[in-house]
Amino acid sequence: MAAAQPVALAGDARRPGQHTWLHAMVRWLFIAVSLTFLAAVLLAPLATVFAMALAKGLQAYLRSFADPDTAAAIRLTLTTALVVVPINTMFGLAAAWAIAKFEFRGKSILITLIDLPLAISPVIAGLVFVLLFGLHGWFGVWLREHDLSIIFALPGIMLATMFVTFPYVARELIPLMQQLGNNEEEAAITLGAGGWMTFFRVTLPKIRWGLVYGVVLCNARAMGEFGMVLVSPRMCPDTFAD
Amino acid sequence: MSFRLPSVLPGFGLTFGFTTFFLSAIVLLPLAALVLAAASMHWSDFVHVVLSPRALGSYRLSFGASFLAAAINLVFGFIIAWTLVRYEFPGRGLIDALIDMPFALPTAVSGIALTTVFAHNGWIGRYLEPWGVKVAYTWLGVTLALTLITMPFAVRAVQPALLEVQRDLEEAAETLGAHRFYVFRHIILPTVLPALLTGFTLAFARALGEYGSVIFIAGNLPMKTEITPLLIVIHLEEFDYQGAAALGLVMLGISFVVLLAINLLQAWGRRRHVRAAH
Repeated sequence: MAAAQPVALAGDARRPGQHTWLHAMVRWLFIAVSLTFLAAVLLAPLATVFAMALAKGLQAYLRSFADPDTAAAIRLTLTTALVVVPINTMFGLAAAWAIAKFEFRGKSILITLIDLPLAISPVIAGLVFVLLFGLHGWFGVWLREHDLSIIFALPGIMLATMFVTFPYVARELIPLMQQLGNNEEEAAITLGAGGWMTFFRVTLPKIRWGLVYGVVLCNARAMGEFGMVLVSPRMCPDTFAD
Repeated sequence: MSFRLPSVLPGFGLTFGFTTFFLSAIVLLPLAALVLAAASMHWSDFVHVVLSPRALGSYRLSFGASFLAAAINLVFGFIIAWTLVRYEFPGRGLIDALIDMPFALPTAVSGIALTTVFAHNGWIGRYLEPWGVKVAYTWLGVTLALTLITMPFAVRAVQPALLEVQRDLEEAAETLGAHRFYVFRHIILPTVLPALLTGFTLAFARALGEYGSVIFIAGNLPMKTEITPLLIVIHLEEFDYQGAAALGLVMLGISFVVLLAINLLQAWGRRRHVRAAH
């Protein structure tokens, strides 16, 4: 690569024309702006979190995990994520395949509906599940007759979490798969590969990192949500997820 | 034109069916419950709740602050993504990893931490106080919290697109004498524009729904620093489920229209892009 470069650019292996004073200035300006913005908006609050968590010393911090309420809350959070994240991942893959690989009518509406849970306050998400499964809700009477509880219990938290984290995997994969195009999949199909084989051997390796990132986001949101859990199981301290 | 264009790829029926089924079960059915709860109100009650001065003030704050936060992230998200993709500097890997932190932190924790930092005696707040800038417990604080919460969307949407920009095109343009701004305008911007829009959309949507972090920094004064989700919680606490559903419905309707407009704009841009490429 370097050998092929013209002599005039020899001292400038990375970018021709990079070394004018303007470029140097823009470069440092960008780095400075980025770091200042991140320091004020992200790093300062983060540092406070750690300062607050460790304010009473490391011992007190570790002791808080021994508290049965904390342990139960952590277990609940993990169980919820363990159920919700795989389901939403499957949904995300299916939605991304349908939307990115095919052209059909009403696609923008479908994408918007997938986006919608992002814009809906988790508080409303909690409310709608109370409306559906609460005592006076649509399924309330039926549930009571069969002695099932969804609201103020684990299934309610899972449903609400599923609603809130619904868009993450799909929204991560759709632009990625659109960008990568269909050529390789079409070649595989033309050469006689089946649909599943094409998906596992061709598509999945290409979108691997996007998928991992989407799953991580979905998981982080599933664990970090506060609002809807506030509404849904408010009456019962055993099911508090934070 | 039929419902969909022909394609040799299989699996449309399966994936489209699963998508619509799951979407209906998890998203549309609950939203239908919301619509029906609001519809069971008397029309005048609905208008009374939805158009009360307090509700109007909360829409203004919620949509204004969300839009502002998404716009701030559009600019800074691009600058941060550019810095992370194009420049080498010490600590780059660490910064790159930290970008996702707002997603990982429980939102309530982010809110409390921001309030601590920007309160009048906080690390940053105490230097802003003499200038007459109050962040905590004002609309500035709301915008700041929303900016923090939605920042990863903007950065992470743009980063992969920036990696896609073909450096040889840029170099060719520069070798041919193009000015840097010309290269930016005609090569870089067209490639990253869809990603920028996606980042903006997601950030805006997420900001509208945010609750946990904002209530701590907002101060929650009616008409001034009260976001719509908080107003909904207030209705809920009075067991006024219908009022809460009515406000939720208004948020839902406006969000849907705004998001659909941005998504249509993006679909149009992509079609134009595809046509130009052929």
